[in-house]
Amino acid sequence: MTTSTAIRRPTELHARLVLPDVEIGICLGTGGVAAGGDEVFAAFEAGLAGTGVFAVVKPREDTCPGSCASIIGTGCRGMCAMDVLVDVLTRKEGVESKVTYGTVTEKMVAKIIEEHIIGGEPVHKWIVLSDDEPTSHNEFYQLQDRLVLRNCGTIDPEIIDDYLEAGGYRGLYKVLTEMTPERVHQEVLASGLRGRGGAGFPTGLKWKFAAEAPSATGEKFFICNGDEGDPGAFMDRSVLEGDPHSVFEGMAIGGYAIGADHGYVYVRAEYPLAIKRLKIALKQAEDRGLLGANIMGSDFSFHLKIKEGAGAFVCGEETALMQSIEGKRGMPRLRPPFPAQSGLWTSPTNINNVETLACVPWIITEGAEAFAGRGFEKSKGTKVFALTGKVKRSGLAEVPMGLTLRDVIYSIGGGMKDDKEFRAVQMGGPSGGCLPASLLDTRVDYEELNETGAIVGSGGMVVLDVDNCIVDTARFFLKFTQAESCGKCVPCRVGTVRMLEILTRICEGKGVQEDIGLLETLADDIKAGSLCALGGTAPNPVLTSLKYFREEFEEHIHEKKCRAGACAELTTYWIVAETCTGCRACSRACPVDAITGEKKEVHVIDPEACIKCGACYQKCRFDAVRRQ
Amino acid sequence: MRVHDLTIDGVAVSAPEGTTVLDAARKKGIYIPHLCDRPDLKPVGVCRMCTVEVEGKGLVISCKTPVRDGMVVRTESEGVSKVRQVALELLIADHDSDCLTCAKDTNCSLQRVARHVGVDSPRLARIRRERDRRPLDTSNPFFDFDPNRCILCGICVRTCDELQNINAIDYTFRGTKTLIAGFGNRPRIETNCESCGECVVRCPVGALVPKDSRQPSKLVRTICSFCGCGCGMLLGVRDGEIVSAAGDFKNPASRGRLCVKGRYGYRYVNSPERLTTPLVKRDGEFIPVGWDEALDLVAEKFSESMGDSFATIASAKCTNEENYVVQKFTRVVMGTNNIDHCARL
Repeated sequence: MTTSTAIRRPTELHARLVLPDVEIGICLGTGGVAAGGDEVFAAFEAGLAGTGVFAVVKPREDTCPGSCASIIGTGCRGMCAMDVLVDVLTRKEGVESKVTYGTVTEKMVAKIIEEHIIGGEPVHKWIVLSDDEPTSHNEFYQLQDRLVLRNCGTIDPEIIDDYLEAGGYRGLYKVLTEMTPERVHQEVLASGLRGRGGAGFPTGLKWKFAAEAPSATGEKFFICNGDEGDPGAFMDRSVLEGDPHSVFEGMAIGGYAIGADHGYVYVRAEYPLAIKRLKIALKQAEDRGLLGANIMGSDFSFHLKIKEGAGAFVCGEETALMQSIEGKRGMPRLRPPFPAQSGLWTSPTNINNVETLACVPWIITEGAEAFAGRGFEKSKGTKVFALTGKVKRSGLAEVPMGLTLRDVIYSIGGGMKDDKEFRAVQMGGPSGGCLPASLLDTRVDYEELNETGAIVGSGGMVVLDVDNCIVDTARFFLKFTQAESCGKCVPCRVGTVRMLEILTRICEGKGVQEDIGLLETLADDIKAGSLCALGGTAPNPVLTSLKYFREEFEEHIHEKKCRAGACAELTTYWIVAETCTGCRACSRACPVDAITGEKKEVHVIDPEACIKCGACYQKCRFDAVRRQ
Repeated sequence: MRVHDLTIDGVAVSAPEGTTVLDAARKKGIYIPHLCDRPDLKPVGVCRMCTVEVEGKGLVISCKTPVRDGMVVRTESEGVSKVRQVALELLIADHDSDCLTCAKDTNCSLQRVARHVGVDSPRLARIRRERDRRPLDTSNPFFDFDPNRCILCGICVRTCDELQNINAIDYTFRGTKTLIAGFGNRPRIETNCESCGECVVRCPVGALVPKDSRQPSKLVRTICSFCGCGCGMLLGVRDGEIVSAAGDFKNPASRGRLCVKGRYGYRYVNSPERLTTPLVKRDGEFIPVGWDEALDLVAEKFSESMGDSFATIASAKCTNEENYVVQKFTRVVMGTNNIDHCARL
């Protein structure tokens, strides 16, 4: 605890606010931008200015001449399937009303401005969420408990006052004025927070180790691991893009707890938007005295640097990450010594994941009990999942630990896309595994998921339906890990490639019975013999697939059949003459002109030319295109 | 220092605090297979061959596990051989199999480990691949690098870093494409490599081999004559000719290390261009003469230039003692302080 009396409350640090009559929030997360968010933003700006009814103001301007409207770009709010999402909040005689429009395009903007913002009547057909009238999409948020994502989608990440107004930096203020470093890690330990990067190690304990470690160099470091590399995972990116200050605040609290006055945010270079916003946020926080020397006037200093990765998946591994910061080739090294004893430049170092750190300010301000009150058994709090694949509503969902996979997929995700049959859910990315329908009631809980062979991991959740081949999916993940192996240790470097070759062989219909045993032998060796967690968990997708979907491997090997029709070499397409109407939908869809036939005549697929992409199969409305 | 008592394969072993299990076993003469470990380099644990079983801890790699009191280590067990054997097979599967034409044949760590651990031949056959031949780096005038024989143990990289502090080479690329090369995958001659050859002597396989591959029939222990450092060396002799030079690890001054001159600069000994008798210039031509005649001529010329018209530049090839004599001669006999040394230039 610092004794300085001059510590300034964060509330004193943010500018006076005006309440505009209309507030428009446009999703400018990567998903939003990809869907055309920037264009929608520009259309609103131009459209509102053109009406002459509203003055378009910067959200933090002190004065508002007459009627005014503000437009902000927010971070990701999770419902990425509906991007671009636009919130419109109107204030009339003190009454606020807010609706969210989905899949907004530039062309829709004029109508929203005219009918809703000026006319006062929302455009009902485009509303996806509303305070007044529940829509089917309300279900998306019903089971969610947005704690990490508390500010994502509601504040403008490029305006620090938004974060301060939402209660930001109060946690840091609290630890600087009321808590000793010991008290901070006790509080975090009591909350039950565990590392959200995948390993699930208790954060408070990690901090305690780093705090107690003597430093020969006199320095300690606090690192945020933002090298989110799992295919299909984007929870950290969304936090960094949508609420960068919460991560900074968590780091500063952690730095105070372990006695570090320097920190690094390590972000992958493939997240340019996150990097841009982090830089803006860092500058703003430093200008306000919330980071840097003598934070809030106290005698605690915490200097932050943003370090961009160079494109290696393995740099998400903490020892490789530190090598990378030091300017070396990112390769994991053996532990011990653990980073808490000898980390960055041999100083005691603490590394936490983005999501973990975003929880910290909340825990400090709301109390450990509030966090521990959520969750299940040994897994407390909430976890953000990147729900993708064959679900109706893909996106980012934060749920209390202990919810079942079924809840997440069927309630939040809205069930299977096109109501096809559920095949599997791939949990935890390349380190995780595929779980079958019989395990849908498994809880989202570190221990319970580990028992199945999958892991919570970083929170990737890819839903597969009957069109996805399990063998092919396992091959996909292995293809990723073998390419990303750093090449240092033998089992991972060579073993993963051999496994990939075997899986490829099976997918091509050239597999033999011994291949399954060989896969298992290699997988065991890679698991037991690899130097770091990348190799140690690389066989998980194959092992779980073999555990729950063995018959599909055997079908590929013995019957030369891929039931999903995803393995091109094992699949043939043909057209049934009885049902073909000659509508030409298939021949138009075929990218290689392999389908011939006159209009209203039966069409034929040339098996030599067919590349088995399945486009005709998807397009045919008369069930005339068949595959096997 | 605290000494820990443990047993390795039932043999009682005592080792001071901080010793690794592998080092403790090595000192006791117990062989634990290993490829990436060397006593003069920091352990990295990449080859996984030194896996052992420690009671209560399960499988660990012995090159990174410090000894503890009461530790019970087994170098052979079902678990150990499973991990070790498959990892070895993966290594062999990814390695050239032309042992007969390899310069390191019979002197290869991979062969030794393979003999000790053994392989499951049918399984090895199933995972063996013809891998894409990768080009050799023959740019260095003294040694060649064959990536097809490299097992990526990293010993060369660590030697260059930890022992030589040159860092000319490092890992490059990822996965099975991983390669040891200079920065930007440039050939070794274009790096800051000093050709000391320390990596070549440490390479456990035939990836780094000297260009001069003649095998000596006997070794002669001597001192390098290139400079005054006095590094110990073992000259390999065959048919009365020097065919190799190796650092003498028993030499207390150099502890096995040599520089490029000591290691590869021996060819001048047998060079036909080498002077073996003094030459005196007569009528514009160099005529071979005897030592007495040559020294008399030198003494005569020296006598004509006594005092400050004379100066000496001593050589780094001389020992300290020889250099002492040179300066004494200059000051006392020649009567001048005009004495300098080439190392100052």
